[in-house]
Amino acid sequence: MALRIEPRRNVTTMTRLLAPVTAVVLTLLFGASLFWALGFEPLTTLYAFFIGPVTTLYGISELLVKAVPLIIIACGLAVGFRANIWNIGAEGQLIMGAIGAAGVGLFAPAGLGMLLLPLMFLAAMLAGMAWAGIAALLRARFSTNEILVTLMLTYIAGFILSWLVRGPWRDPMGFNFPQTALMPADGMLTPLDPRFRVTASVFFALLAVGLLWIFIAKSFAGYRLAVGGAAPRAAGYVGFSEKSAIWTGLLTGGAAAGIAGFYEVAGPLGQISAVISPGYGFTAIIVAFIGRLHPVGILLGGLFLALTYVGGEAVQVSYGIPAHITRVFQGLLLFFLLASEFFTSWRIIRSGGPV
Amino acid sequence: MSSKDQTAAGAETPRLELRDIGKTYPGVVANDAISLSVAPGEIHAILGENGAGKSTLMKIIYGAIQPDRGEILYDGQRLSHNSPAQARALGIEMVYQHFSLFETATVAENIALCLPGRMELAQLSARVGETAARYGLNVDPSRMVADLSMGERQQVEILRCLMRDPRLLILDEPTSVLAPQAVEQLFTVLRKIAEGGCSIIYISHKLDEVRALCQSATVLRGGRVTGTADPRQASAHDLAVMMIGGDLPVTEHPPAVLSVEPLLIVRNLSGRPLGDQGRALSDISLDLYGGEIVGIAGISGNGQAELAACLSGEATDLGAQMQLLGQPMPARADARRRLGLAYVPEERLGRGAVPGHTLTQNTILTGFTAGLIRRGMVRYAEARARAAAIIQGFSVKAESPAALASSLSGGNLQKFILGRELALDPKVLIVAQPTWGVDVGASAFIRQRIIDQSRKGAAVLVFSEELEELIEICDRIHVLSEGKLSPSIPRAESTKALLGSYMTGRGDPLATKEAP
Repeated sequence: MALRIEPRRNVTTMTRLLAPVTAVVLTLLFGASLFWALGFEPLTTLYAFFIGPVTTLYGISELLVKAVPLIIIACGLAVGFRANIWNIGAEGQLIMGAIGAAGVGLFAPAGLGMLLLPLMFLAAMLAGMAWAGIAALLRARFSTNEILVTLMLTYIAGFILSWLVRGPWRDPMGFNFPQTALMPADGMLTPLDPRFRVTASVFFALLAVGLLWIFIAKSFAGYRLAVGGAAPRAAGYVGFSEKSAIWTGLLTGGAAAGIAGFYEVAGPLGQISAVISPGYGFTAIIVAFIGRLHPVGILLGGLFLALTYVGGEAVQVSYGIPAHITRVFQGLLLFFLLASEFFTSWRIIRSGGPV
Repeated sequence: MSSKDQTAAGAETPRLELRDIGKTYPGVVANDAISLSVAPGEIHAILGENGAGKSTLMKIIYGAIQPDRGEILYDGQRLSHNSPAQARALGIEMVYQHFSLFETATVAENIALCLPGRMELAQLSARVGETAARYGLNVDPSRMVADLSMGERQQVEILRCLMRDPRLLILDEPTSVLAPQAVEQLFTVLRKIAEGGCSIIYISHKLDEVRALCQSATVLRGGRVTGTADPRQASAHDLAVMMIGGDLPVTEHPPAVLSVEPLLIVRNLSGRPLGDQGRALSDISLDLYGGEIVGIAGISGNGQAELAACLSGEATDLGAQMQLLGQPMPARADARRRLGLAYVPEERLGRGAVPGHTLTQNTILTGFTAGLIRRGMVRYAEARARAAAIIQGFSVKAESPAALASSLSGGNLQKFILGRELALDPKVLIVAQPTWGVDVGASAFIRQRIIDQSRKGAAVLVFSEELEELIEICDRIHVLSEGKLSPSIPRAESTKALLGSYMTGRGDPLATKEAP
């Protein structure tokens, strides 16, 4: 008697779409029992975590503030992921993007007016691309593993940020706090409504979703990447270049993460400090996968994972549960997601005897 | 049970008897009411096309799969084994089409691995040598498997079975990897084995082989027995009717009208295009004119994959001088395709087609050179229409252009890929193993379409292991053996014997030495 894994036949599209939903449901069930084990009333805590925050306009605004970077980054990462190019270092690319935007904001000559924001945007995008470009160069040139390189570059980016805000870029008027001065007024996005923090970046996130859709569903470049990801030998057979897939995949992710960094600096943060992201770059990986690398899925996944941030803060305030519960929920979700994807495509059976 | 089988088996208890065997997979009846019987010492052919249910039946006998219905009698005893290990314990051995030897071990070590208990290698080597000599096999137990030719490896596989004193030996399409001379040698060995009382089941779709070797034949079509015969007496026509329901189709082969200049020129191609693991090509030169079909004969592994990859643009550039349509050969595969080169690789799933993509998407895979892309965007509607046209024009069994490539059978996918490449109207067409796994009717269709394309002015290069196929469709044939290309042999002079001597002229012991 032995256990064996075998592929399932005839998996319908519906089943595949249901896999992420199942993962969400299991996460909620497991989360509820976790709250219960910690001595909290599970249903009310879950309500406070997942529903409470979005019952107010302010809560929805905060949700969008957190969803925007997740969606933008996930859209960029999805391009590479579809080609089996694993950029795990969007967090570092986001940091470099934020540094790029802040550098322009702080040191560009005064009087650029309307031009300052586009310049910051461009600088952030290029900084993110450059950081991802290091991994692309190493992979294309020396076949270095991009997972390791992008991940390690994230730590380097973190140290560069730390050095800048404690050293050369520290705000001289900032009471020695590790942070820069605020961006000039021309380098800040005006909130859509003065009562809330959400800015026009939401429209850019929608644009990213639209661009990703065109790339995947319509463009020849997207088709080539999909072939390279699904069957590398077929890509070689017709001469789709693997190197160009590596560069496209990594640079797109880097650009998206850099742009997300710009929107953080020019939006809710207004400056850079030693910590500028609650792990958006890593969480965006979960967003990309829970969205099945599809634009609409990423949009929904981004909103859901933004909710884990907002909800974590909410239960910390109202129940004194550490905000790290956010991480627990994200981890649970990823775990159940991988499991439900696995069981969608495979099943475990008992086999009659040794084979 | 047919009465013919009974007479073939005589009064003796049959070694193997199948009664009413049935096996159904979801949507497919693989075996239906199959009965046959094999006498001790008999060489019994299971004749049928790809997909006729031969492999399923053999796996049932070997215990690898369980039948849904019917019973198996072995020496008159009802058999209920359910694993190959139990089958081997009863003396049933099987030689698969694809060998399962460890290349980095010696012959003796490979044989030791499948014998029970521990033993001294030196002692075993002596026993292996004895057994080999008894059956006229030329195997040196101390040689590394990696250094052996395909014919020698097959001998090792057979020897491995013989070491266990089998009573029933099953061979699955054993000649697909052999040169014609090696086939003769194999038959001599098999007759000797049968004389010793061991029964042999010989699975094949090649009528001439079955007629030369076997004493009885069970013919399968669509999972059912369509007839039994003594192949030494039955005519090829009778057997073909049982196997495919009619005569073997023939292709029309109008005379070739050659282009003035060659469309593809290769000069002094040498080196290892696929890296150290691959075969080295040595000094290959080739001219391919529009309007002709040139065949590359030879057993796979002699540089076929390497030469094809050099021509398609998948391999690293070795700096050889090559010209395509009068221009220097571009480096990349896509650039070659844009000039008018098309290629059907021998590996269909994963290389010639993306398994998880639909047929529409797989049409774009090579159709990007021919109007399926506009301003960087894929024209999916056109791609779908083209895929539908290929499905219809080549009678591909697929529900729609939205079917996944992985859902098609090997033969259907081959028809689709060939149709896709022909839809590009290529000026130079390279086809590797055009009819592997394709049934006889579809094979004739595919060959005819290849001939038609050449007669429209295209230069066609066909790689194939099947000499009959090459002799049927090619205007001239080169043999590729150990990385070297033979001189061109015109169709009129291409006999299996001549091609075979080029295939095995160097080094293959089966060709150079007579068995004792």
